[in-house]
This record gives sequence, C-alpha cells and structure tokens, in this order.
Amino acid sequence: MERSRFLAGLDLPAHCILSEEAELRPYECDGLSAYRRLPWLVLIPETLEQVQAILAYCHRLKVPVVARGAGTGLSGGALPLEHGVLLSLARFTDILDIDTANRLARVQPGVRNLAISEAVAAQGLYYAPDPSSQIACSIGGNVAENAGGVHCLKYGLTVNNIAALKVVTMEGELLTIGSHAADSAGYDLLALLTGSEGMLGVIVEVTVRLLPVPEYAQVLLAAFDSAESAGNAVADIISSGILPAGLEMMDKLAIRAAEDFVHAGYPTDAAAILLCELDGTRAEVDAQLEKVHALLSHAGASEVRTARDQQERQRFWAGRKASFPAVGRLSPDYYCMDGTIPRKHLGRVLATISEWSAEYGLPVANVFHAGDGNLHPLILYDANQPGELERTEEFGGRILELCIEAGGTITGEHGVGMEKIDQMCTQFNRAELEQFHAVKRAFDPDGLLNPGKAIPTLARCAEFGHMHVHGGALPFPELERF
Amino acid sequence: MPEQDLTDAWCARIQEAAATHRPLYIHGGNSKAFYGRPVTGDALDTREHSGILDYEPSELVIRARSGTALSEIEQRLERHRQMLAFEPPHFSPHSTLGGAIASGLSGPRRPFAGAARDMVLGVGLINGKGEALHFGGQVMKNVAGYDLSRLMAGALGTLGLLTDVALKVLPRPETEYTLKQVCSQQEALLRCAEWTAKPLPLSAACWHDEHLYLRLSGTEAGVRYAQHQLGDSLLEQDSSWWQRLRDQQLDFFRRDEPLWRLSVPPATPPLAITGDWLIDWGGGQRWLYSKENAATIRQVTGSVGGQATLFRNAQGKEDVFQPLPGPLFSLQQRLKQAFDPEGILNPGRLYAGL
Repeated sequence: MERSRFLAGLDLPAHCILSEEAELRPYECDGLSAYRRLPWLVLIPETLEQVQAILAYCHRLKVPVVARGAGTGLSGGALPLEHGVLLSLARFTDILDIDTANRLARVQPGVRNLAISEAVAAQGLYYAPDPSSQIACSIGGNVAENAGGVHCLKYGLTVNNIAALKVVTMEGELLTIGSHAADSAGYDLLALLTGSEGMLGVIVEVTVRLLPVPEYAQVLLAAFDSAESAGNAVADIISSGILPAGLEMMDKLAIRAAEDFVHAGYPTDAAAILLCELDGTRAEVDAQLEKVHALLSHAGASEVRTARDQQERQRFWAGRKASFPAVGRLSPDYYCMDGTIPRKHLGRVLATISEWSAEYGLPVANVFHAGDGNLHPLILYDANQPGELERTEEFGGRILELCIEAGGTITGEHGVGMEKIDQMCTQFNRAELEQFHAVKRAFDPDGLLNPGKAIPTLARCAEFGHMHVHGGALPFPELERF
Repeated sequence: MPEQDLTDAWCARIQEAAATHRPLYIHGGNSKAFYGRPVTGDALDTREHSGILDYEPSELVIRARSGTALSEIEQRLERHRQMLAFEPPHFSPHSTLGGAIASGLSGPRRPFAGAARDMVLGVGLINGKGEALHFGGQVMKNVAGYDLSRLMAGALGTLGLLTDVALKVLPRPETEYTLKQVCSQQEALLRCAEWTAKPLPLSAACWHDEHLYLRLSGTEAGVRYAQHQLGDSLLEQDSSWWQRLRDQQLDFFRRDEPLWRLSVPPATPPLAITGDWLIDWGGGQRWLYSKENAATIRQVTGSVGGQATLFRNAQGKEDVFQPLPGPLFSLQQRLKQAFDPEGILNPGRLYAGL
C-alpha cells in the first residue's frame, strides 16, 4: 500500500495527520529508546468517531495499526511499523466523570496517571497504581501494560483497580467491557484486555476505581550488610501478618546513585536498604511501626530509622522513585530489566547477576519491589562502544531466563513488547503460544493490531533457538532451523 | 481420597471427547450444581485430582490441584494465620478450589480485599483440544502474555478444565469486630457510601432485616479507634454470622423460590422491585426474592448499570445470566472457539452457545 493512496482515501482533518520526516521523528521510539523505527504515518484523532473510522478504514485496506499513549513504555510496545499507522491517543485527555459515591472516575485514555489522583484529592480519594513514570504515563497505556508501581502488594496492579473499558476493535466497533458494578456477566474480558499490549483492541475510555487516601502513612528505612539479610527481613515482615503499603529494596550501587542525585539521606555504606511503608489509621500504623521496627532489628539491620516527619518520608521515597534517572547519571546508557521471582530466591538470583556482571564487565544496580518479588536490575552500558548494546541485551536475556528458572517471569510490569519477545519462547511452550495466538484471532483475525509484539510466532521461536524444553523433548521439531 | 496427578489421564479423556464430540460435565464437590444452566454430558469429577502443591507463608502464595477441598486449603492457611481473602462460599463441605475459581464467586470481604479473580496468580488448564497448558505463575506481578488465568475465573469450566490454581493469600487480621446498627435499607446504603469513602478498616458491610452489620479488621488499637468513628453500635458477639452469610446459611436464604443476585454500583439507591432484600458488599451485591418477572428485574437492574443473575431455583424456565449485547456475545463465542473448538467443555453452562 502506498502512503499517498492511503492518505487520499482517509477522512481526517489535516492537523490530525503527521507525515513529514521531521514530524514523525519524535514517534520513532517509546521509553525503550534502544529500539527505533521511523513511523510510516502518525494519526492523532480528536474524536471517538475518528478513531472508529481510522480503524475501520485500516481494516478494510489491511493496514496494521500500533496504538500509542504517552510513549513512556519500557518494552517497545509502541514501537512503530515501517508500513503501518501509529495511532496516538494523546488528544484524549478529558476526565469525563467523577462518581464519588461509587468511588469511580471515568477518564479518556490520554489522561495522565497522576492527574487522576490530583483530580480527586479534594474528595479524599486517589487512584492506587503508581508506576514510577506516573507524572507522564497515561492511563490507556497503564491498562494496555497492566502497570504496577510500589504499592502493588497491598493495593494490586492496574487489573485490580479498574472497573470498565471502552474499546474499539480492529473493525471499528465500539465495545463496553466491564461495568460500574463489581462484576459483569460472561467472560472476564476486563482481565483479558488489561495487559494485552494493544494486540486485542484500542482503549478509548477507562473507568478506574478510587480508594480513600489513608489517614496516615509512615516509612521505615533499614540498612543491611548484605542483600540476603535484607531479603530475610522482608520474609519476616510478611510472615508476621503485616501487609506493608510499600516494601522496596535497593542495592549499594542504586543507593549511592540515588543519594548523589536527590540527597535522600540514605546510608551509603550499606550493602542494601529496605524502605517499608505502612498506612492506615494512625492507631493502626503506630501499632505496626513498633512491630516492624523490632523485626528489622532482629533480622540484623545495622540501622533502622523512622522518618521524623512527612518531609523526611517524602525524601526517603524521592530517592527510590528517582533511582532510574539517578543510575542513568552513572553511565551513558542503562538497560532496565523487569523480572519477577519468588522472593525466597532473591539471594541466589542477586549473587548470580553479580557474577555475570563481572563476567560481562557491565555494572548492575538493583532496585527491587521486594514485597512482590519484582526485580529491576539496571545494566550500565555505553551504546557508543561497538558491541556493548549487544552484550547488554545478551546479559539481560540471561537474567530473564534466570528469573524463569527460579519459578518467576520475564516481566512483572513493563510488558513483553518488542524487547522480551524472544524470552517468551523460553517461558511458554508451543501449545501455550498457540493458545495465545488463537485468543488474538478471536479479536483480530487478520493480525493487524500491533503485529510482531508481545507473542512470538512459532517460526520466530524456532529461529531464536532458546525454546521451552519440556520433558527433554526438543520443541518445534517440525520447524526448520536457521 | 489419596492425592494424585491425573493431568495426563484428563488430557487423554478430553482428546477422546473432542474426537467423538461427546460433551463433558466438569464438576468438583457439586456444591454449586444449582448455579448456571444445566449441562448434558459425561461427568468428570475433579476431586480425584487433589493436593496442595506449594505453600510458603512468607511468599503469600498457595498452589493446589483443582480437586483439593477448599476446607483443606483454608485449614492449612489458618495454621499460619493466613486466609483466602475473597472468602469463597462453601455451599457444602465438599466445595473445591477448582469450583471456587470456575464459579468466580466471592464472599463478604470482596469489596474491601478483592474478588476471586483478583487473587488468581496462575492456572494450569487443559483446553478443549486436550492440551495441558500453564498461564500466569506463582508471583504477584506477571504480565508475560495475555492474562488467560484470570479469564478462567467465572468461566464455569467452559474454556478449560482447571488442573491447578495459584492464589495470592493474605494475613488474617489480628482482630475483627462486628458492629450492628438499626436502620432502613436506604439509610444503610447512605452510610455505606459515606464510610467506604473514608480510610476506615472496614472488611464487610451488609444490611439485613433492618440492621446494618459492619465488620472491622486490623490491629486491636486500629479496630477500637475505627469503632468510635462509626457512631452508636452494638457489638455483635457471634463472629460466625459472616460465615453464615457467605455460605447462605442465614434464614433469609431458606426458601425454594427463585433467588436473584443483583450486581450494581454500590451507592445505587434502593431499587424499585417488590420483594425481600439482603444487601451485601456495602450495596454492590443485592440478594432478592421477588415475584416480579425476569424481564422486569433485568430491565431495572440494567438501567442502573448493573446485572441480574437468577442464582438459585431457576427451575429451568429463564436465562440464568444477564443477556449480553450482540457484538459482545459474538466475541465471547469466538473466545470459546479459541479454547474449545469442539464445544465439549461444560457446553451451555454459562449461555446457550458458549
């Protein structure tokens, strides 16, 4: 399909169409800048009807479509296509309705995550999932990726905090999924659509659930001489019956980087620190603080500090929330991984990563959502050094396979996108991947929505060669090897 | 029953059923046999496939075979002061884990702690082609591939035969108080809307027989503090009241007439349908015995953005679940096809044609 022919038949105002190279350039990547591709065409519709018309038109002409929100995704899920439309939802930025009685907010997909909490703050409510990028990332993308954050252990992921979606199918049909009630009749398509990475439909409206802002929150900072004893302290806290609102771990390199960057007051000589946030009523939090303080000391913490006031609490968190950019200052480039492991394997996994780090000559800083086992190793590299990106990707791939081997997963909250598509061949076997493809066909039989992302083809897995080996049998025996 | 793994045998059985187009009626303890539309098929009893596979209290995860009795799982959790926070109903002592997830039903704690689907971290299942598959895992966060494990919650076994399920579990609260206040249904709904918008440690809110029952959960100090916020109340000593509500053992539920379950936005004012009401989930789940016809009940419920299920005693006359709009139903049919091309897994239990 020629672009000029496509444009000739497209009924969309000129200011909603970008086709010059200079205009297209900013859309060549999302938050994972290691993957770039100049889009064929960027469309930025302003109305729901335009979104439906664009999709119906693309469906008729069999032109593929990639939906894009704020472009902060970290797995290349919004990487454009050489011959396809990049559909930006950036102009859908209205908060449509706030229903305080039912604690719901109905918003357009381009509304920023943090803007929702800001809009309902006066009512004493907030939207719980808080990815680090929450000042910039949009809710449509949060749903497409099932975004998490630092409060997932207690408050869940995006999937646990939304009530309904409006979705446009590839045919251009508008569907309402879920409802403002607790549940809906039929299959739980709300769960299926959440985290489907733009492969099943385009999200055009989201109803999120709101929670009352806790009366009081307080944070403890504990320093440890080893990551392992910090890991044991986490297990002690959870086993004691306390469910912290946030439970984060940082290793030495991450502590130092964050301290240099935001002066959070972290102990820079510690091998690991834990941040443990408790929230609830004042009476509840005070009772738990005492208990957690004792548990941390008993677990061998060299120092336990309770934030003296809300300013210090904010500062403790500022260090954690800024840890990615802080690590970014240490090196020309960094590569952020996103594996999840059962917490009990933390010590072993960190030790192995550290061995490999020496082997590859690439430093690694570790930031860990310790409460829910989600590990973010940040590999430091320099893309200008020939071969260094390739070595970084290989190292990263090995870390993900280590997470699978430990009983975890290749992605906790960033999504598969383009980045981890090969590791999907390790995590899932042929029949499982085929089941994913069958589900995809139920929504999008022609495979026009975000093709090539999230779920690898069987041929790609055969080529990759790192396939799921089940019971000693070589997978995909019928496929050619390359 | 001895613990055993029947996955391979079940794969063979489903492959045979697919080849011969003989539908299967999948069931666990049959405690929810009344729920959903009738299925004609060869019975497959999941209870022969049982046993807890993994449980480490510090990970807050339990994984067990689908035929494992819910009571066995809960006893095991109780030893470590943990619980299934969605409080699955036990309509008989034989309720199984597989049945709890396949039905997707949740108890009184649901609006405060999450539903069955929220606790599902991963499943093993056998699709209609007889392939044993695993989706999700045993970790809290996992976004690799489509979320096909949560999709199983509430699918009533029509998409796959569950072989094992990993669930998030939560610590059992240190203390629980039940408060009881005299008030009308209308007043109860107003109070629930007000209090659920405040940061109080509520864990259940039910109106029944001109009384609002509230459960508070947390530390002793936290619960005492919250008790003062909620105004004049009587302290209900009978802590098993919530369990009887969950399992429909209260006198309210002892009738042979059709029992409706209405799921509506919680702050919806009392609905204009004549009948006997019990309001749970702070207003979100409403149980109703009514002589009104199904179309009226569905129309009124739909008009406030909710859905009505003919939960018990349907007597085969009516559709059990709220009818779906055409395009949404076609999509669900295509999804059924994607898992069960021959239509042999509990066909028709949810809707005719699924």
